[in-house]
Amino acid sequence: MSDSVQPGEESSGVIKKFMFVNRKAPYGTIYALEGLEVVLISAAFDQDVSLAFVDDGVYQLVKGQQTKGIEAKNFSPAYRALEGYDIEKLYVEREALERRGLAEEDLLVDIQVLSSGELAELMASQDVVISF
Amino acid sequence: MKFGILVNEGPYTHEASDSAYLFTRAALEKGHEIYRVFFYHDGVNNATKYTEPPQDDRHIVNRWSKLAAEHGVDLVVCVAAALRRGIKDDLLAPGFRISGLGQLVEAGIQGDRLVVFGD
Repeated sequence: MSDSVQPGEESSGVIKKFMFVNRKAPYGTIYALEGLEVVLISAAFDQDVSLAFVDDGVYQLVKGQQTKGIEAKNFSPAYRALEGYDIEKLYVEREALERRGLAEEDLLVDIQVLSSGELAELMASQDVVISF
Repeated sequence: MKFGILVNEGPYTHEASDSAYLFTRAALEKGHEIYRVFFYHDGVNNATKYTEPPQDDRHIVNRWSKLAAEHGVDLVVCVAAALRRGIKDDLLAPGFRISGLGQLVEAGIQGDRLVVFGD
């Protein structure tokens, strides 16, 4: 609706590296859901977009989410749809997974597992880092 | 330098809005440009005109409005986040406007730095 790209908005041909850093569990607070909305909008701007999952943010990607009991929408299928928006650079912090007893095969998307050091380097190379 | 500012928390409950305001004011005082301040998540609650804190407290909403009036700072409230929380045009304090999330992405593209204030 009104959340699409507005007339007059433009990127002037500039392509920047945007990284969205997801730090929170998917439910309990709205950060993950509204964060994902920004990611989807950013796809319309032809930027170099990547997503990083750290801390409890790794839970956003866990397979088999069941939200009926809390009457919240299970929005995890949307992460699978990111590919269709040409958002294919997904990174997860190895240490965050390990600390929570999770492994790559528990996650619902193809993702690159990086150490916190590697992720820090990648973050440092970004133009814009937005964390939710 | 040209800054974009993102405010992700509501007023009073959380210090993020205070920090964002103090940063924005300091940047302007130093001669920097503020391309836009974007209010997201509960940050949209910074824009409501019926906010009335006790008189001995800072008025967070009016403080933003004053910054807009004096320095022409563009204060943008996310439409999706605002509607979710019952905030529409007629509730906005002076200087605020409602627009889409694209305005946040644009601030990232056009600014030299995007500074995020949140939890």
